[in-house]
Amino acid sequence: MATEDQTAIESLDPRIGRAHLSGGNHEDMTGLLHFQTYEVFHQNKRGAQHKHVGIVHAPNSDMALLYAKEQFARREQTANIWVAPSSCIAATEYADDDIFTTTPEKLYRNPATYKVMDRIQAFKERGMTPSDEA
Amino acid sequence: MYGNAYIDPNEKFSSEEETPELLAAFQARIDAGEKIEPQDWMPAMYRKQLIRMIEQHAHSEIIGSLPEGTWITRAPGFRRKLALMAKVQDEVGHAQLLYSAAETLGKSREDMMNDLITGKSKYSNIFNYPALTWADSAVIAWLVDAGAIVNQLANSKGSYGPYCRALERICYEESFHLKYGHDNVVHLATGTKKQREMVQAAMTRWWTPLMHFFGPSDKASVHSDTLMRWKVKMASNDAMRQQFMDMYIPKIWDLGLTLPDPLLKKNTETGLWDYTEPDWEEFKRVINGDGPCNAERLAVRRMAEENGKWVARAINNEEAEHVRPFA
Ligand SMILES: [Fe+2]
Ligand SMILES: [Fe+2]
Ligand SMILES: [Fe+2]
Repeated sequence: MATEDQTAIESLDPRIGRAHLSGGNHEDMTGLLHFQTYEVFHQNKRGAQHKHVGIVHAPNSDMALLYAKEQFARREQTANIWVAPSSCIAATEYADDDIFTTTPEKLYRNPATYKVMDRIQAFKERGMTPSDEA
Repeated sequence: MYGNAYIDPNEKFSSEEETPELLAAFQARIDAGEKIEPQDWMPAMYRKQLIRMIEQHAHSEIIGSLPEGTWITRAPGFRRKLALMAKVQDEVGHAQLLYSAAETLGKSREDMMNDLITGKSKYSNIFNYPALTWADSAVIAWLVDAGAIVNQLANSKGSYGPYCRALERICYEESFHLKYGHDNVVHLATGTKKQREMVQAAMTRWWTPLMHFFGPSDKASVHSDTLMRWKVKMASNDAMRQQFMDMYIPKIWDLGLTLPDPLLKKNTETGLWDYTEPDWEEFKRVINGDGPCNAERLAVRRMAEENGKWVARAINNEEAEHVRPFA
């Protein structure tokens, strides 16, 4: 729609010159499509884990794969890509991160806390007799 | 609650009052070097500033690809054409990464695109200047990208997780841009008399926009203090400008090129560069729309969006069987 401040654009770029654009149009763009987002997982070689690398906007998973290839496989070696709709990802809340802080208490999961050598040593020193007969 | 990024743009954000306790806990997390994630509580001001910053950064990538893209067909030699195409594709990719990062804060990519095209949002002022010759495109690829790298490396140490992750990938990709640009400048600067004249003229043209690049001095503002404490802003504009000058002026002079500022020299007492303040009135005028290329940049972006609509419609058509090009 013509508004008063519209002016013909003179560009150094001949292609833009040929497009006969005019400036000064500040109207809202309508009909911009809201695509959903997909989470992208990248595997750099067979056998490696897929790693989350980011997201793309796409209307369907085929297009998401195409965009993911363009966006996340331009440099590094790529064996495989997964995409999944962001809305399918369930996640814990950072606010509840105390649910993960129990590990230090669970020493029985730590191999280093199993110390039998002292006990074997003492057993041998007393001539390998049962503990209630020594 | 989504994995990395997406937050429904219509979702209401916590209207929890910004109590001193919440603010202190937020600050403590940042001071401890923890990253803030989209799901976390954050002050409204933090959210707003980050949206503005990341959005402007995204717009700068996408608009920045225009003055360079214009030179692809005219880049001398096949290898340079390929390299420039790859660089421009990277820049557009950077925009996509950044729009996604900004979206996690609650503004949709479509709204950002609309605000760019209607002129409501800004982008880096430097892209409102034309790349008159091939040498200009060389200077842009070397020094504008160098400036961007100084800025992006600093920001990648910031506090907002999605922005930092995007910046890490971006910085990694930028290193080739810088090398490619330097290669082109060196080629011209060590070439024929005509080539040297061309690159000198481009260097002279770009010096003021490069000095403008980091923005006016901002050390005195309370506002920027808060942003620095929140690690939204990682260094003052002056500090980044000084870092840029320190890294690149010696390399420019090394090629026997000159810069159009008679005061330019490193002050041995302060360890800082002395320079003439660039014309900040010009900066304001250009950023507010009255630069040599503002109208063209927005018109081209609008054209791209309008001419590309049918593609978006086609790939969005669930019934269509032959529009999905992945093979
Ligand atoms: Fe970039
Ligand atoms: Fe750039
Ligand atoms: Fe770049």
